[in-house]
Amino acid sequence: MRLAAIATAAGAFSALFGVGGGTIIVPLLVLWMGYGQREATGTSLAAIGVIGALAAAGHALYGNVHLGKGLLVAAPAIAGVLAGTALQQRISERAVAGVFVVLLVVSAAVLVF
Amino acid sequence: MDALDVAGLLVLGFAAGMAGGLLGVGGGILFVPALVVFAHLAQLEAIATSLVAIVLVAVVGTARQRDYGNVRLRDGLVIGVLSPLGVLAGLLVANAVPERALELAFAAVQLLFAWRLAGNVGLR
Repeated sequence: MRLAAIATAAGAFSALFGVGGGTIIVPLLVLWMGYGQREATGTSLAAIGVIGALAAAGHALYGNVHLGKGLLVAAPAIAGVLAGTALQQRISERAVAGVFVVLLVVSAAVLVF
Repeated sequence: MDALDVAGLLVLGFAAGMAGGLLGVGGGILFVPALVVFAHLAQLEAIATSLVAIVLVAVVGTARQRDYGNVRLRDGLVIGVLSPLGVLAGLLVANAVPERALELAFAAVQLLFAWRLAGNVGLR
């Protein structure tokens, strides 16, 4: 039941703003389901993979996906995610949570301004 | 696109992937503006195109985190598969509520989460 609520919230925010599923999923897994910070990030990525694939298929039907440009920005991003996951294993969960708090504040500021 | 555009995409793409791996987000907050500014896409095209990168980051990140023992795969897949419920709810809300109100509401939710998470780990 809680997973369904998290899924609904993440889908709604993603649909409304085009981004933002992860900033909903990770805090809810930690605060509501008692996940550790690392577990929440790993599980969030699995959910985002499915959410993103569904959304990409929808957008592709309307011809809005520029595959070449997507792959150009994805290539360095794959290097980045390997570096990010490796770094995450080497710092405390408290530090991961602290950086996440900064991301939430920045993301809120972007929305407001 | 010129050399500066490509460099911009490479740098912001790496940063978005890094944020994804470290924080468990897709990185759209960086991919979308990067594609608007450096790949000269319109906002909707940028959102659609960012999903290519988001899915690849999510799949690679999930595989790595699984190796580290940090993925509850069943929960993640359930959230993903049920998310279209939220997409429908989001579309209904978007047609009923002004966009500015939605932005401020989402910002307020994120600040609330920030406050609670900070308290959770004793940062305040």
